[in-house]
Amino acid sequence: MTETPLQGGPDATYFRYLEAGDWRIQKCTGCGTHVFQPRVMCPACAGDAFDWVAPSGGGTVYSTTIIRRRPERGGDYNVALIDLAEGVRMMSRVEGLAPDMVAIGLPVTARLVDDDGAKIVVFDPTGETS
Amino acid sequence: MSGTWELRGKTAIVGAATAHLGEAPGYSHLEIMADAARGALTDAGLTLADVDGLFAVSMHSVFPVLSFGEYLGIQPKVSDGTIVGGSSAVYQMLHAALALHHGLCDVALIVYGSNQRTASGKLHSPSGAENLPYEKPYGLRAPIAGYAMAAARHMHEYGTTREQLAEVAVAARMWAAMNEEAFDRAPLTVEDVLGARMVCDPLSVRDCCLVTDGGGAIVMTRADRAKDLAKPPVHLLSCAGGQTHRQISMMPDLTTTSAAECGPRAFAMAGLKPADVDVAQVYDAFTINAVILLEDLGFCPKGEGGRFVGDGRLRPGGGLPLNTYGGGLSCTHPGMLGIFTTIEAVRQLRGECGPRQVADAEIALAHGNGGMFAHESTALLGSGAAL
Repeated sequence: MTETPLQGGPDATYFRYLEAGDWRIQKCTGCGTHVFQPRVMCPACAGDAFDWVAPSGGGTVYSTTIIRRRPERGGDYNVALIDLAEGVRMMSRVEGLAPDMVAIGLPVTARLVDDDGAKIVVFDPTGETS
Repeated sequence: MSGTWELRGKTAIVGAATAHLGEAPGYSHLEIMADAARGALTDAGLTLADVDGLFAVSMHSVFPVLSFGEYLGIQPKVSDGTIVGGSSAVYQMLHAALALHHGLCDVALIVYGSNQRTASGKLHSPSGAENLPYEKPYGLRAPIAGYAMAAARHMHEYGTTREQLAEVAVAARMWAAMNEEAFDRAPLTVEDVLGARMVCDPLSVRDCCLVTDGGGAIVMTRADRAKDLAKPPVHLLSCAGGQTHRQISMMPDLTTTSAAECGPRAFAMAGLKPADVDVAQVYDAFTINAVILLEDLGFCPKGEGGRFVGDGRLRPGGGLPLNTYGGGLSCTHPGMLGIFTTIEAVRQLRGECGPRQVADAEIALAHGNGGMFAHESTALLGSGAAL
């Protein structure tokens, strides 16, 4: 579905959907390429028309690290790059799993969570989505 | 491109200096930069009045070339504050060479400096104020976490080990031990690196560069003028750069940088190949940088970097003298290392390096890296014998 945002560009549209609990990314109507991060111009074909589609939620860990942090500051946590089934990559965290158990190639599934007053996309190991 | 670069050897570095490496408590970044500039001009036998091209970047200023020109009290005809992270100073040599060759200026001064260690104790970056809404919520500890993920991916794809990464730090420390300017000259073993505090897996604190104060500057002019100055000219044989992304999540392939394109292009411009390089200065913000960049620059095939560095090859006497000043890992890292790779290349080609001097060095490579593998720049430099 193509929807015109109330105002602003693709960034504003992305976060408006996300805040409503409806995670969507762009898909170029001209060449069919999924686009993330949002763009006014398709990086593949320079097209300027996009559908806003709900990703399947499935992805794979492309790379991962454990950010070491003192226990009194919250302890270690994961940061990972996730390749979505739609062919785009995003930064996120894998949760529901100890940081040292997050491995490259792990199948993961997206979940929206509240983070510091805003909704963000995080991932759980596939099959263990809470 | 066919044949070598039209400007090959047409410009030269005629002055080079560092200033305030290590700790400079109470000094501003502009004061550090100015002391480096004065040193480089003195080295060249030139004065500030000769400078009509100014190339300056810093991590402390939104308008670095304006701030530094004002500080020096000069009104250059060519001003360049191109910020591509730590790659900047190497890349700016290309801009300086073009400006000099076309007569837009006659003497180019390239400067970097920072007081980040004593001012803040951590890598200072104006990008902290930049809004990166797709990465910021996840708590990326930049730049370490980005390089850590590149290291993890390289280990996954090619079987690179932490021991091989550690060898980069150990070799750097051995070179640093022979450099009085180096900040950390204490002995370091592979076991020390592996056992050090982990920062972002698989990188420990000994896989990470120093955080120091310090400045560096070089002076360039056309080759015809260079031959009459105080020191033997070091000729710019080529310089090429490339970029792939700004945010680490947008890097197309975490194990291949734009150096895989601009490196071979720089070699072609100079009419040289990796085997011709007598001494290499390759930006080592983290141990993984050297592994991936040596592959991309063509010193070994993609994926072989870990095994290539793991056999002691980078150590003094090991076959490929790399970061002979100790690099960002053991000599200095005031936020952007590019200028220091170039300064050490100049010193090696002039034969000024004392106990760490590489015998008969005539061709040197200086490679800058910016952001998280975001921008790469490769320069080949040569003594008079290389022309």
